[in-house]
Amino acid sequence: MSDPITDKETKVKMSDHRQSEFLKIVGGVAKNPLGLIGLIIVGVFVFCALFADWIVPHDPVGMNIKDRLQGPSTTYFLGTDQLGRDTFSRLIMGSQVALKVALPAVFGAMFIGLTLGMIAGYGPRWLDNFLSLIFDTIRSFPTVMFALAVVALVGPSLQTVVFVVMATSIPIYGRVARTQTLALRNSEFILAERSMGASLFRILGIHMMPNIIGVLSVLAAMDIPTVIALEAGLSFLGLGVKPPTPSWGSLLKDGYALIRQTPWLIVAGGLPIIIATLGFTFLGETLRDVVDPRLRKNR
Amino acid sequence: MIKYMIRRLALAALILFVAVTAMFLMIRAVPGDPVQIMLGPRATPELQASLTAALGLDQPIWKQLVIFYSKMMQGDLGVDVFSGRSVTQIVMQQLPYTLELIFASIIWSALLGVIFGAYAAANPNTFWDRMIAFVSVSFIAAPAFVIALLSLLVFAVQLRWFPAIGVGEGFWSRLHHVVLPAFAIGLSWVGYIARLVRASMLEVLGEHHIRTARAFGLAERRIIMVYALRIAILPVITVIGVGMGFLLSAAVFAEIVFARPGLGKLVIDSITTRNYPVVMGAVLVSTGLFVLSTAISDIVNAWLDPRSRQSL
Repeated sequence: MSDPITDKETKVKMSDHRQSEFLKIVGGVAKNPLGLIGLIIVGVFVFCALFADWIVPHDPVGMNIKDRLQGPSTTYFLGTDQLGRDTFSRLIMGSQVALKVALPAVFGAMFIGLTLGMIAGYGPRWLDNFLSLIFDTIRSFPTVMFALAVVALVGPSLQTVVFVVMATSIPIYGRVARTQTLALRNSEFILAERSMGASLFRILGIHMMPNIIGVLSVLAAMDIPTVIALEAGLSFLGLGVKPPTPSWGSLLKDGYALIRQTPWLIVAGGLPIIIATLGFTFLGETLRDVVDPRLRKNR
Repeated sequence: MIKYMIRRLALAALILFVAVTAMFLMIRAVPGDPVQIMLGPRATPELQASLTAALGLDQPIWKQLVIFYSKMMQGDLGVDVFSGRSVTQIVMQQLPYTLELIFASIIWSALLGVIFGAYAAANPNTFWDRMIAFVSVSFIAAPAFVIALLSLLVFAVQLRWFPAIGVGEGFWSRLHHVVLPAFAIGLSWVGYIARLVRASMLEVLGEHHIRTARAFGLAERRIIMVYALRIAILPVITVIGVGMGFLLSAAVFAEIVFARPGLGKLVIDSITTRNYPVVMGAVLVSTGLFVLSTAISDIVNAWLDPRSRQSL
């Protein structure tokens, strides 16, 4: 973690310094073979998600009953499902759905967790106790059970999945932000700010946050695979994104129903999830080791 | 120690209270009349009125909450909307199947994880250590429900080594049925536990009593197996409590994929039929289980390591 910037000269160089820092981190990750694999997988994944509309060879929701349940061929790389939809196109589109859920959920949870955590760590004792109790309560639900309860109440949709993922991971960020804030609240640069009469917003937003955000970003990177798996899992149960939106999970749902007739559907739907979660995990783990080796607890 | 135990259990009770209250209020906060949702649009007004009264929905909200709690204390979680059976009874009928699956997963994953972790720590920075580290990360990352589907496809549908559905009867048949689902949801835990044991083992191996044992010329095998592992294994016991939550979540998928009865299957089936009391009852019981198991693991941890008692 970098020291707070104090004098003007360093402030001028800051953007320059930040950029080289970023390159240094990417370089550090790429040096590790696992990190490199992770970077490549995540790169391909993000590329597919961004340019899905141009990559897909067929309409991912277009039905073609004549060609249903075909095996892999040159027209349909990975075969077709029971409605004659092209599995490959649905897979590519599915990566977009996965990212559409993962990014807002993870960033939303990180932002809210950061805010609440800093308030808990810096605020009065009763507020800290209250927020900690809320965090503990949310964590007391087994994640999937919590998701099922929410889906049962408000019905399945993309927004519900994002909400569930956000709600369940806020405590993770919140607790880390709280601990970091507690550790820093009596350090000299914060005391100096306070003695100069800085507002709460200034202290937390400008001075505290930069010292916490690095750790939280690493947590977020490591959280993405969990989120992708949860979205796919809920869609597999038929409780995630609604059909005909092609999620990886709904692909698996179709494959499960037809497991005896068309085994390739499950393989085609399952492998991308495994590869994507592996890629993000490798990247997250390496990122953690490069950015902050102290987080490396159980290795 | 007793003081810690009481405080920890009180915290667990408080958390459970907040969780249950939040869930209760959430049900009431959802737009739409729950009775209408349950009965569908074609229900007669008389039927709606009688169900409203039966569920106590005509009472003010605080009174509903009080009634809900006093019933819960007596073990009454409400009644099934369709069959009129007690929710407690339905949930308790399914619970043993889920517990069976979870315990089977914990046992095999802990065994294998400890072996992997201990071997890696005994041979640090060798090829096998790196290999185990790689396999551990991969296991941790692999989502349980995808593993469940793929193992169903390969070992049940294609190779027919294991049954694809149900739980079986009699010990051997049950064991035969639990293998694949337990494999699927335990896989991540092999990775977690292997890492945990490796780290704590390396720490223990650096301590004085191990050096003394070495100085006495004891066989390295004996030092690792008897003197180091005994201490290094302690964190595993405590982490299993937290693992309960993950396993309860993963079990939902395993139960659906392998068509096993259990809490998860019960919840999913009840969601499709909009049987809300059963959904809530099952979620409540699984949350209670999780809260209890984390409390117990914290207490065990405090008993083994007095330093951690101060954290409450």
